[in-house]
Amino acid sequence: MVSVLLIAEHDGRDLNPSTARCVSCAASFAGNAVDIAVFAEHGQDVAEQAAALEGVRRILLIDRPENAPPLAAVLAPQVAALAADYSHVLGPSTTFGKDLMPRVAALLGVGQLSDIMAAETPYRFERPIYAGNAIVDVEADPQTKLVATVRTASYPQAVTGGSAQIEARSLNIDLPQHTRFVELRTDADTSRPDLQAAARVVSGGRGVGSADNFALIYALADALGAAVGASRAAVDAGYVANDLQVGQTGKIIAPELYVAVGISGAIQHLTGIKDAGTIVAINKDEEAPIFEVADIGLVADLFTAVAELTDALKR
Amino acid sequence: MQRLLVCLKRVVDYNVRVRLKPDGSGVILDGVKMSINPFDEIALEEALRIKERGQAEEVVVVSLGTPESQQQLRTGLAMGADRAILIETADELSPLTIARALRALVEREKPGLVLLGKQAIDADNNQTAQMLAALWERPQATFVSELTIDGDSAKAVREVDAGLEVIEIELPAVVSSDLRLNEPRYVKLPDIMKAKKKPLDTVALADLGVEAESQFKITNTGPPPERQKGVMVADIAGLVSELKKKGLVDG
Repeated sequence: MVSVLLIAEHDGRDLNPSTARCVSCAASFAGNAVDIAVFAEHGQDVAEQAAALEGVRRILLIDRPENAPPLAAVLAPQVAALAADYSHVLGPSTTFGKDLMPRVAALLGVGQLSDIMAAETPYRFERPIYAGNAIVDVEADPQTKLVATVRTASYPQAVTGGSAQIEARSLNIDLPQHTRFVELRTDADTSRPDLQAAARVVSGGRGVGSADNFALIYALADALGAAVGASRAAVDAGYVANDLQVGQTGKIIAPELYVAVGISGAIQHLTGIKDAGTIVAINKDEEAPIFEVADIGLVADLFTAVAELTDALKR
Repeated sequence: MQRLLVCLKRVVDYNVRVRLKPDGSGVILDGVKMSINPFDEIALEEALRIKERGQAEEVVVVSLGTPESQQQLRTGLAMGADRAILIETADELSPLTIARALRALVEREKPGLVLLGKQAIDADNNQTAQMLAALWERPQATFVSELTIDGDSAKAVREVDAGLEVIEIELPAVVSSDLRLNEPRYVKLPDIMKAKKKPLDTVALADLGVEAESQFKITNTGPPPERQKGVMVADIAGLVSELKKKGLVDG
């Protein structure tokens, strides 16, 4: 019997939208045999948000103080213990899931499949390699437990309206003491849409030229109600923080509208935006590879073009 | 800390645009430039800096695969590693197999820290460091952009989706590098000559008691779906009108 244990991602208060996307993936091959595990301290609120996702059978809440920070070394043995009752264990292919799931797999003595983008059956999947330049069909052995991460940009969020039951579980396991959480440094601006969940994203690249010039990008994003992203070059140059990076090693996103400003379009960046509905590119270099994937391209000086576009949208 | 172990994977060079075999059996590797996985190169650079700060005695580089991987190990030696180990096998290697082999090697070499890239740019798996840490029952610090060693412990700054996460780990431990950990040094010609004299040992995968296995089989390698050709507009008015056509702005 196929049944899925899905590991919830959350910040102690809100369920991360990546979990609802994983539910869609799990439901695509496991029907309603999908349980969500919430590891938290005081996790009732998060568990209730998970319980509201349509298509989920039940929520397992593992509440203990050690589960407050999302440390892979602490969570993995608990996930491995719960995994006994399931054929599949899934997590999102976010930094949370990528840190945790391989550790879980190794504890279970099995391999791990990264970045599921489609499931044909419970044991046949598609995943990207070479920064999305090739897609492989993968067949998994049905006799072996399957641990995997889900490429969240490939799946829509499951809708809410469900009412799965919440079961508190206590796991009698010694947890390692060798890893300690110190702090999370975040300057995430909560007044703006979240980059990974936003329907619209405006990103700036090296062409923006400085941290100060990024104000232009923020102004355009505000006019569109969009989140702000950046290319690796812009992050490396220190224009914006690392959590805004879009691409192979940053965030893989799938907004309805993606506006790339002063971004040349390295393969590693393009892999992060391939699932966007409409890609708009503004760049002064008409040879920039970004125009090969853009639905709407404009060769122009970005400083005048972005200001003009912002004005036009405000009107 | 006496020893640092750094894992280097031989991959298609970062600047090569990969081409697929028409029969779906994989990517074309014949005649393609191969290099050290860039994330692993960053891991090696970090190890060299730790040694240069006097916090470690020796940097050992290790790779798994056919004798061709000796090229990448020699490059690692030229960058400044002290010796190299090739775990030789002609088999396809899953991250779990690699982690098991490294686990066995760790038993022999007893490093204070194992450093490797957070992912290889070919298969993009992002698994080996975490799996090694699990099998070794030691801490992992993944996606690290800043690492400070302090006696028997280390502080790692990790690039996570929400920003930067700081953790403290006891050593020995496994660290996987993110892009912004450092900028690797360039190899100079005299160093390449010197590297030829440094020891490079070979051990068969089977001699570590590890058998290559995977529960996953790749049945086809194909191109990604192509996006439809877009339109070029002349000015902002044209851009806004296209956005309106698509229903993305009002009007």
